[in-house]
Amino acid sequence: MSKKKKQENVEKEYRKKLIKRRKPNRSIAGDIFLYLFLILVAYIMAFPIIYAVNAALKPLDELFMFPPKIYAQNPTFDNFSDLFVTMGKSWVTFSRYLFNTVFITAVGTGGCLVVASMGAFVLAKYEFPGGKTFFKLVTVAMMFSFYVTAIPNYLIINFFGWVDTYWAIVVPAFAMPMGLFLMKQFMEGLPTSLIEAAKIDGANEWRVFSGIVMPNVKPAWMTLIIFSVQALWNNKASTFIYSEERKTLVYALQQIQSGGIARTGQGAAVLVVVMVVPIAIFIFSESQILETMASSGLKD
Amino acid sequence: MKEYFSKYLMLRKHNMKVAWKKAKRSKMCYLFLAPYAIIFTLFNILPVVTSICFSFTYYNILEPPRFIGLQNYISLILQDDVFLTGIKNTFMIAVITGPLGYIMSFLFAWLINELPRWVRSVAVIIFYAPSIAGNCYVIFSVFFRGDAYGYVNAFLMNLGLIDAPILWFINPTYMLPICMVVILWMSLGTGFLSFVAGLQGVDRSQFEAGYMDGIKNRWQELWYITLPNMKPMLMFGAVMAITQSFGVCDVTMALCGYPSTDYAARTIVTHLFDYGFSRFEMGYASAIATILFLMMILCNKAIQSMLRRVGT
Repeated sequence: MSKKKKQENVEKEYRKKLIKRRKPNRSIAGDIFLYLFLILVAYIMAFPIIYAVNAALKPLDELFMFPPKIYAQNPTFDNFSDLFVTMGKSWVTFSRYLFNTVFITAVGTGGCLVVASMGAFVLAKYEFPGGKTFFKLVTVAMMFSFYVTAIPNYLIINFFGWVDTYWAIVVPAFAMPMGLFLMKQFMEGLPTSLIEAAKIDGANEWRVFSGIVMPNVKPAWMTLIIFSVQALWNNKASTFIYSEERKTLVYALQQIQSGGIARTGQGAAVLVVVMVVPIAIFIFSESQILETMASSGLKD
Repeated sequence: MKEYFSKYLMLRKHNMKVAWKKAKRSKMCYLFLAPYAIIFTLFNILPVVTSICFSFTYYNILEPPRFIGLQNYISLILQDDVFLTGIKNTFMIAVITGPLGYIMSFLFAWLINELPRWVRSVAVIIFYAPSIAGNCYVIFSVFFRGDAYGYVNAFLMNLGLIDAPILWFINPTYMLPICMVVILWMSLGTGFLSFVAGLQGVDRSQFEAGYMDGIKNRWQELWYITLPNMKPMLMFGAVMAITQSFGVCDVTMALCGYPSTDYAARTIVTHLFDYGFSRFEMGYASAIATILFLMMILCNKAIQSMLRRVGT
């Protein structure tokens, strides 16, 4: 082995050591403890969901086995197909319920995206009287839970004649305070020079908004979409909608779920169907959501 | 005095003029904001205002509202024992699950932040999933079933700690604690996401500088560097935590029944739901909503002033 090579080897090892060096202020014991602790907690957190999925996969004899087993031994999709059979027996077809929910979710989310971003754009990038006050109102409104405003909301929706139509759910969803809030915080991070450059090139406000701002805040879109979908998909809307053919999927599913002990398996299947959509969306858009949430802080 | 007053008026007038001129120049801004502002006012501001107005009336939807002054509030506080139970329960839940959930959100976000990248994204999914899993919390009624088939009962009986199954959701002593466990399970929500994202954004060089300046362990690092950097996210998380912990009702209603035994799991929102949607006493329900609303705003103010002192 030549001298040169040896030297290179030493250098390589040295570099390796440098890279491998641990972060400052971290002890090995602490790290091991941290991993063990996190694994334990993660298992506890995930357990009810794992259990629900397993219950949905269990065949009938396992569901009522004693002593009960947590994990399904012979997983089947019978519960899901039974669910469709039960749904098929009601005079409103499954596809209609699905259409209702998809329609409400899609229109509500789309509308919210456009309406909230338009508002957020001017709040973030322009100074005008009343803008700051309005934004403060929005942050306060984030605290309202559904029931606090439910009664007057009903009266207002009744005034417009929207009771028992999709609009009763869709239109209020446009003004989700969370949507505007996240959009505005994220848009503040956009460089103002970008907008000014576009204006010098002769773009009008609408062009700036649709051509420059919106394509640049795509991560915020995803975040708004997941919050909105999550709210609308889980929306039972039982206060506003009573016609069977306009009920949402979740509402119909929960009617099956409350069918007692004979529907145990189907009930678990319902749980899985309801939760799978928001979780799937979250998994696919996690990095974008985290990017947006980084600007979510409330400054005073 | 008079002079002062007229000067004040003049100043006001001038300010208004300036504002009006500015507003005229930024017509476009209002145009952009208009769709959101109109819907927001209709479905968020107006309901609160009408709710406050209705709270001074007797209103049952069929007859026009009749003004009765403070009667609703007086009977709420002096005569309605169930409401007082509701307040007590809501406070218990808020005081325990609110701060605990908030601290948990931050703690786990902070611990997760130490992990390598891909483990971190898996961990975020696992921790965040319960809060978006729809009504998955009803699975807890299987764990805590009142007979010997329930997992918790079976477990405790096998250990010999109890000799008869406990009726978890019927016995008032156990209702609230179990609901709190379930709420805590679901409490790693939007605030948690905000924390995770915020922690990733903290400037690395600050940690190195801190190391040079003699910070010895991860706890000191947390208090002197991480927390002050996270203040805006902490504020946001606080708002989310308040909303969640004061608005509890779905979980208690689904697990303990509606109404629950002895009203032991009644919260303010359950009470509101009861009067608004079962008895149609809208005036009374509005009074409850107003009280809840005031409580939330006060709590928010208190927490914000507390958070300003973090890391100093």
